[in-house]
Amino acid sequence: MKNSRFIKGLAVAATVSLLAAACSSDDGGEKGGETGKASGDTTITWWHNSNSDPGKAYYEQVAKDFEADHAGVHIKIEALQHEDMVTKLEAAFQSGDLPDIYMERGGGELADHVSAGLTKDITEASKDTIAKLGGNVAGWQLDGKTYGLPFSMGVVGFWYNKAMFADAGITSTPTTMTELYQDIETLKGKGIEPISVGAGDKWPAAHYWYYTALRQCSQDVLQKAVTSLDFQDPCFIKAGDSLKELISKEPFNSGFLSTPAQSGPTSASGLLATGKVAMELAGHWEPGVMQGLTEDGKGLGENTGWFPFPAIDGGQGDPAAQLGGGDAWSVSAKAPDAAVDFLNYLLSDKVQTGFAERDMGLPTNPAANSAVKDPALAELLKVRDAAPFIQLYFDTAFGTSIGGAMNDEIALMFAGQASSQDIVDAIQSAADEAK
Amino acid sequence: MADKSPASLDATLSATNRTTHTSAGDLASPAGGAGPDRRKTKPNYRLGVQAAAFIAPALILFLLFVVWPMIRAVQFSLYKWKGFGPLVDFVGLKNYVSVLTNDVFTGALVHNLIIVVASILIQLPLGLLIALLLNRKMWGRGALRTIVFVPYVLAEVIVAVVWFQLLQPKYGAIDTMLNAIGLSGPAQGFLGTPKYALATVMVVLTWKYLGFAVILFLAGLQGVPEELTEAAQIDGASWWQTQRKITVPLLGPTLRTWAFLSMVGSLQLFDMVWILTKGGPANATTTMVTFLITEGTKRSNFGIASAASVILFIIALIFALLYQRFVMRRDNPDYEPRKKRSKR
Repeated sequence: MKNSRFIKGLAVAATVSLLAAACSSDDGGEKGGETGKASGDTTITWWHNSNSDPGKAYYEQVAKDFEADHAGVHIKIEALQHEDMVTKLEAAFQSGDLPDIYMERGGGELADHVSAGLTKDITEASKDTIAKLGGNVAGWQLDGKTYGLPFSMGVVGFWYNKAMFADAGITSTPTTMTELYQDIETLKGKGIEPISVGAGDKWPAAHYWYYTALRQCSQDVLQKAVTSLDFQDPCFIKAGDSLKELISKEPFNSGFLSTPAQSGPTSASGLLATGKVAMELAGHWEPGVMQGLTEDGKGLGENTGWFPFPAIDGGQGDPAAQLGGGDAWSVSAKAPDAAVDFLNYLLSDKVQTGFAERDMGLPTNPAANSAVKDPALAELLKVRDAAPFIQLYFDTAFGTSIGGAMNDEIALMFAGQASSQDIVDAIQSAADEAK
Repeated sequence: MADKSPASLDATLSATNRTTHTSAGDLASPAGGAGPDRRKTKPNYRLGVQAAAFIAPALILFLLFVVWPMIRAVQFSLYKWKGFGPLVDFVGLKNYVSVLTNDVFTGALVHNLIIVVASILIQLPLGLLIALLLNRKMWGRGALRTIVFVPYVLAEVIVAVVWFQLLQPKYGAIDTMLNAIGLSGPAQGFLGTPKYALATVMVVLTWKYLGFAVILFLAGLQGVPEELTEAAQIDGASWWQTQRKITVPLLGPTLRTWAFLSMVGSLQLFDMVWILTKGGPANATTTMVTFLITEGTKRSNFGIASAASVILFIIALIFALLYQRFVMRRDNPDYEPRKKRSKR
């Protein structure tokens, strides 16, 4: 009896002391880091998703240039595939151990991070850059304070293979759904799969509903819905009906329900890049993604074409309104001041021009606009700047909780297992839960 | 065999205890003229230090990485929490209600149960047949054993990626082969068609885990004494009769252990499904773990994900306890019929 009690006591004592040791060594590590900073050496960690060349090499060069101008500053880069980066960032938000500079997509996600005190207010430190970027920053501002600087903003539209369209005898890109349906029939008649969609990852499928909602609902209704989280307007049902009509034309690649968005040659982007399908609905990132998925690193090359999502007859939305969003760099709350300097450098005329020259995205700094040489991206830039308003991707705008439920239900419609009403109900019930 | 390990572990432990006792006693006695009382306390002290030194590292790791996360999961499951920021929004059992009334979760539970049953129904007879075959002396036995076992050695992720590529609709190897002989796979592919997806996952799982069953059964077969088979043969039993009446019954403990491992693995299935289908298409292949990963990491509903993980834990625990109680009980060395037990 005595014996076992003693052992228990000892075990507890040993556990406690080891636990204490483990915790204290943690503290020691952090303190060591602090003193390192004080002595003049600063390390900035930076996560980005340009994990293939030329973007990857360019960002390494940018970091080197900055290090050369700022003695004692080291930049530690981690280039991750987009999905991996998002997953890793989620874990980082949870632990509070964020990289100093990371990607922030605005909307409900940013609001959550700011209210949890994870993101740095850069209103003062980046005043000049904010002035230069103008209205583009609006999506990353809350209560008059700025929490991120967008480095690429674009809109979603159809990327298409010009050679395939020409072979099929399609001379002009569709501007209405009726024309799109005709083109789908023409392409199918030629034995070409018209559209690839990565419904396995859900969000690429969801973008279709976002667009039909954007065409069916007026700007007023949409913007109210984003804040009030009330989706009872009949236009949301019509959005589902329009999508159902498109799906009924069976325009998608075989196996689209399990097709991933961007990973590998049989992903939706891979199928377009390798000439297996004629079109894909995707954002401004598409040329960069396609380049990474082809052996010669050129993607579709000069066959890359772009046209905006067609108008829907009888819809209340402005056909020129676009669905889009951007990627911004944000600085985590605990980051050193040098990180904000580097952030401003990333948005400088020089870096943004180089960014645009390499087709890495659509620059937000107007000084770099003329550097966009790719004709398809230039076309997209024109549409972006002419849009009366750009609706942020709904899943980003609503945050992951509502966004996830919405995307899942829309993907179910692609599988023929959800009605227009089901989508609205799923969004509404997730929204009510989140309120 | 694994089922006997608790017993053998006990034996080793008690053996160690005995040795420590005697050696400690031996050390104590030359110290001279100590009374029986002193002799008792001193070895106990040494024993305590030794035991603590040996147990502490494992115990600490266990507490840190098993017990503590479990306590935290239960705590998270009672809150509405986005994964960061303070834990303030206490919701009681609401997360549990929303998990249990969620069609996707109940669907996932059904899928898990189908996989539990199908794994045993398919792999048990198949594995047993192959093990019996490979237990006979024949040409190329070693090579065949290796081939059967190789898929099990491969990492689950690698297997899933390879099969994902093979199963690509239109461009994958399987569809190409089917086309070559004039057949065609489903238009949406095997993984993209809701009604075939789960069966396809089942095929890949069988391919991967059959080797494990075979190797366990083969090991069990080594424990079946040859004299019994010989005796049966002398009595005129055919090969099939020998296998059915002698080998399989004696293989019982191995089969029961394998079925248990297979069951627990099926309940916690994740990697394979995540890479092959991500739980899709249209939730046709969700498992409880893919559900909680989606809720947690994709949607940041950590409260709901934690509640789902607690429910999964309870379900697995109930399975394990029932199995131990009703099936594995007979494998205990001190297993006796009930009447005798109640006397104790």
